[in-house]
Amino acid sequence: MGNFEQKLNRFLEIFIEQNGYVKVLEGLKNTIIIAVLGLVIGIIIGTIIATIRVIPKYKVLPRILNGICSFYVGLFRGTPIVVQLLVFYYVALPLMGLHMTGVQVAIWVFGLNSGAYISEIMRSGILSVDSGQMEAGRAVGLSFGTTMMKIVIPQAVKNILPTLGNEFIALIKETSVVSFVGAADLYVAFNYIGSNSYEFMVPYLVMAIIYIVLVLLISLGIKLMERSLRKSDRRN
Amino acid sequence: MIDVINLTKKFGDIDVLNGIDVKINKGDIICVIGPSGSGKSTFLRCLNCMEDPTGGQIIFNGVDIADTKVDINIHRRKMGMVFQHFNLFNNKTVIENIMLAPVHVQVKDMKKAKRKKLKDDPAYNTTKAEIIKNARENAIKLLERIGLADKADVYPSTLSGGQKQRVAIVRALAMNPDVILFDEPTSALDPEMVGEVLDLMKSLAEEGMTMIIVTHEMGFAREVANKILFIDEGKILESGTPEEFFSNPKHPRLKEFLSKVL
Ligand SMILES: Nc1ncnc2c1ncn2[C@@H]1O[C@H](COP(=O)(O)OP(=O)(O)OP(=O)(O)O)[C@@H](O)[C@H]1O
Ligand SMILES: [Mg+2]
Repeated sequence: MGNFEQKLNRFLEIFIEQNGYVKVLEGLKNTIIIAVLGLVIGIIIGTIIATIRVIPKYKVLPRILNGICSFYVGLFRGTPIVVQLLVFYYVALPLMGLHMTGVQVAIWVFGLNSGAYISEIMRSGILSVDSGQMEAGRAVGLSFGTTMMKIVIPQAVKNILPTLGNEFIALIKETSVVSFVGAADLYVAFNYIGSNSYEFMVPYLVMAIIYIVLVLLISLGIKLMERSLRKSDRRN
Repeated sequence: MIDVINLTKKFGDIDVLNGIDVKINKGDIICVIGPSGSGKSTFLRCLNCMEDPTGGQIIFNGVDIADTKVDINIHRRKMGMVFQHFNLFNNKTVIENIMLAPVHVQVKDMKKAKRKKLKDDPAYNTTKAEIIKNARENAIKLLERIGLADKADVYPSTLSGGQKQRVAIVRALAMNPDVILFDEPTSALDPEMVGEVLDLMKSLAEEGMTMIIVTHEMGFAREVANKILFIDEGKILESGTPEEFFSNPKHPRLKEFLSKVL
């Protein structure tokens, strides 16, 4: 145990005296920014794709759009996230002649990636809304898009909120690979502390605890949200 | 007002409507009766193109709306529809249910008029706030009419079936439609609530609203309709006034049907 105490002291020394905590806070901030903005982009993309995929397919244009969406979803669900990060950073950006920071790349790739997953969640949410809601909207002369936006999607989102919360947790965990494109997240911060103290046991242990606490906090948030939704159901 | 000419509808290979011809005049109260699966709902849903007709024409105010090139949304504003299962918007309060379409449509018209600088168009000189204010006043009047003004701000899930259906009817009324289509408006209701909905429909009839009603309520049809259509296997087998219909049915299928339901 004396050995562990030594390691802990070594960690605390770097964490406090050599500004390790600044790196950790910076890493925590980046992890959360990537996950939150990734989720926002994912929800927008996912909603658009899900809407396109439930348009009746008698006409040519919806069929083509549907094909593009299927391809997109297949692509992002069928390749590892690390590969997507690397390809985006080292292939797509140079080809487009663009430059982005590691964090920006991570936000976009996680947004595009979760968009593919969220589109499936959103689609099942839309299909769970009674078809009479769409009919009633169309019958008063609203267009498909307007009815979707004002009537169907709000009800769909309410149905899938818990699942979206789980997607957010998944995002928080998956962002731990963003150092592949040079984004300084929690892993990078603790890796820095470890390298400087030649000691990795305590840094990685603390890192694991931070991830667990993050996930528990989000789960708690989801539970509270679900409870308040259920209450509003009763009141309604 | 509506001229249905040789309307046909197929679902895949199944012929559901086999050539329906009917003329609907302003102020008509038309009840549609017939056995289950005969195509009554399909006929009604073809009238506002909720189902695209396979063939034939539906001339509504001079325009063939069966033609897929016309903007159906514009014509649907003038054709209300009331469903068996009410279909109130669950995420909107009662008053929002009534105001939603009128506000949306008028705001859209206003924006269009402003964009195109149509200074003579009345829509040009209005504002969104004014549109909402008028729609709200109108919605409250409609709710007062059905005795539900105190329910304006609750969500539909707290209403009884009869209340829901009456709200659904005034939601259709809020668009000032030329005609309202009803698909078995009382079939999903508990018996004690049927009366309140039929009474509201009767009062609309007295005001001269044009209505097309698919119903199993023979007493109501007899009392309120000025014309009854009997549909079987996708065809109108007999049509006439209630007196002719009930006291002197001619088609054997109609006789058989009436002997079962009366
Ligand atoms: N969307 C659809 N796809 C395939 N078949 C359909 C569809 N809608 C209706 N049908 C078929 O068309 C026929 C007529 O249906 P419709 O709902 O118009 O009958 P209905 O007269 O309204 O009957 P009910 O009194 O039971 O409401 C039925 O055989 C039905 O199965
Ligand atoms: Mg029916």
